[in-house]
Amino acid sequence: MSNGTGILRGLRVTFQHFIDTYLHDIRTGPKRYHSKEGIEERTSGKAKGIFTIQYPEEKMPVPEEFRYLPFLVYERGANGEKKYRCTACGICAKVCPPQCIYITRMVDSETGKPISSPAEYAIDIDICMNCGMCAEFCPFDAIKMDHDYEIASYDRTIHHLYNKEKLGKPVEYYKIIRPNNFAKEEAIRLEKEAAKAAAKKPTAPNP
Amino acid sequence: MSEQLAFTRTGINLASQFPEWVTVDSRPGYQGWLIKADHLIDVATAIRDQYGYDYLSSITGVDYFPDNLMEVVYHFYKSTGGGLLECKVQLTREHPSLPTLTGLFKGAEFQEREAWDLFGIEFANHPDLRRILLWDGFAGFPLRKDWKETFFEEELKPFKNRWPEGKIERIEDQKPFKENVQYPAGFNPYDWDTQSDARLYDLLRKVQQPQEGIKTDRVIVNLGPQHPSTHGVFRMAAVLDGETIVGLKPVVGYLHRNHEKIGERNTFLQNIPFTDRLDYISSMSNNFGYVLAVEKMMGVQPTERADYLRVIMAEFTRISSHVMSIGFLLNDLGAFFTPALYTLEERELIIDLFEIVSGSRMMCNYFRFGGVARDLPEGALEKIRDLAFERLPRKIDEIDRYLTKNEIIQERCEGVGVLTPEEAINYSVSGPILRASGVPYDIRRADPYSVYERFDFDVITAVHGDVYDRYMVRLQEIRQSLRIIQQAVNNLPEGPILNGKPTYQVKVPAGEGYGRVESPKGELGYYLVSNGKSNPWRYHVRAPSFVNITSLEKMCIGEKIADAVIILGSIDIVLGEVDR
Repeated sequence: MSNGTGILRGLRVTFQHFIDTYLHDIRTGPKRYHSKEGIEERTSGKAKGIFTIQYPEEKMPVPEEFRYLPFLVYERGANGEKKYRCTACGICAKVCPPQCIYITRMVDSETGKPISSPAEYAIDIDICMNCGMCAEFCPFDAIKMDHDYEIASYDRTIHHLYNKEKLGKPVEYYKIIRPNNFAKEEAIRLEKEAAKAAAKKPTAPNP
Repeated sequence: MSEQLAFTRTGINLASQFPEWVTVDSRPGYQGWLIKADHLIDVATAIRDQYGYDYLSSITGVDYFPDNLMEVVYHFYKSTGGGLLECKVQLTREHPSLPTLTGLFKGAEFQEREAWDLFGIEFANHPDLRRILLWDGFAGFPLRKDWKETFFEEELKPFKNRWPEGKIERIEDQKPFKENVQYPAGFNPYDWDTQSDARLYDLLRKVQQPQEGIKTDRVIVNLGPQHPSTHGVFRMAAVLDGETIVGLKPVVGYLHRNHEKIGERNTFLQNIPFTDRLDYISSMSNNFGYVLAVEKMMGVQPTERADYLRVIMAEFTRISSHVMSIGFLLNDLGAFFTPALYTLEERELIIDLFEIVSGSRMMCNYFRFGGVARDLPEGALEKIRDLAFERLPRKIDEIDRYLTKNEIIQERCEGVGVLTPEEAINYSVSGPILRASGVPYDIRRADPYSVYERFDFDVITAVHGDVYDRYMVRLQEIRQSLRIIQQAVNNLPEGPILNGKPTYQVKVPAGEGYGRVESPKGELGYYLVSNGKSNPWRYHVRAPSFVNITSLEKMCIGEKIADAVIILGSIDIVLGEVDR
């Protein structure tokens, strides 16, 4: 039984891999590296030969659902001011498994009544476990998970505590990174607004 | 009524056989039998020999602090398949002590040590009752409800306010170095002589039996904790006679973080992402077991489509875990990284798929109570089809061609680390190792959960119970997993992916539940106790790798020291799960 044919058969597989590496490089030419289709080909089920992505020169495209650190969605007001969608309801802080979210509600300086907007919103990203629960359970689509995973910094004690300013990103950015989710949410929002308008209508004719 | 229920569920009536020693656990939401501690051995013998419940799946403690009760929970199964027989022993909290079951079930050894370590429950006549996950300088028993960590903030999440008065502070600034640990009374870490190590070495020296022929010295060798063969931070203390192992003790706990205490502080939902971190290369399976246990208690059924998605993801997880295990076994054999990288290629494609579906490559956090987090995004199904029908079958055949008949692998693996079927059951071994020993026990068939009953697949077994057979069983199981995925994809129903509306406030009625799945490493069980509030009262993980290494000593004795490495590789441990 031990005549070495098993080893030889195995070595054929290795040799095949070795040959494939060169064959595919020659066949696909220079567009195999540093190009979108090249990366796509190398990460697909049809990949043969070299399989690796040469980070950071090349980057793998992240899928839409990819999640890495939350951000706060804001819209631009008439004067260009940031209007955060967040209403400081605190569900994200409640649901957060490692409890890394800190919110305080804004208070009207004149009346002293709380306003549904965050005065302060902080996330300790060293504690955050990127689970995405905050985004999943936010009823206002105000907090979403980001795609930017390159967050290395020189001093964790200063830079790793994200405040409202640093967490805020415009709604346009959200639309770019998650087009399908954005479209779905917009459809629901419009539907709800239409339903609201329809519900209001009967009372409107009253002078 | 409840006696009748307990009787019909198992088909046996312990209370009528031992009326003095056994009573029915009649608390609402609970099941099984309460046994008097003094007669535990007698009843357990009857359970094993008379009724055939020969597989002791899990042992754990529960601290019922308000009632001044300490409970030890045993889960028995038949190795021929079937439902659960649950037994409990109730003790007082002051001096909980009961006889050990290691005489009847070898698999009890590490689990009893764990219960001692975390609860302070004493198992009389246990052969080696040392702390297992924690060290000597650890004060107290952390899973007792009155124990508090130095970083203690609040009893339960969600915390009221982590940063009072808006002053956001890092926890390391609040508790600087040296204030962040507590030692037992009279313990000085600076003149600490490693007592538990001394006891360990004493135990190993006892192995030295009188020998015939030339007198040779026995040498104690530590493999690890930092050693490439140990797949993490794991230590084997071995006694050698020449090159032959005559005694071996695994030392674990270097990665311990008390997952279960964290789990009891968390709400039910918050535990899902934490389960990802147990066996970190098969997070989907970990999610699966946990949500099954909670769903059982809640009485919630997942939707049809969610069930199929769960099965697809769990089987992909099995494939990715098995190919990794095969690749790294070859690493342990000395074939450095060529086979491992070939298999990692396939795993890479699978975790790409997980990233598309769940948003994260390894920490998937995909399962929810009553369904899954989100439906398949665009393009995911094509990717699944491509993998399950084209790429993986072809590549698994290639790995088969590449390795199976290789004479060196056969020489090194055949007849090494043998575990007989009787031993395997007695050591509570599970998963591919159990099946490689010739026991056709697969929870997907033996005690079906989810929709596995609908699929056509074989339970792979082998006959020799050696390292080679474990490799073969894993390889064949990948093919069976592909079969399941193919059927599931072809029959994937349309419909909602979540039963009811997504909610973060989960209502779990008071009671207990045990959910178990066939994870890639073996039987992964979650024992949960709820008191009707939003956080679990008790959250226990029966980790397959942890229980499987109980049999490591048995497999290694009589083998060469170089083979200990591949025997460990064939068990396929993940330290995130062993140490929890």
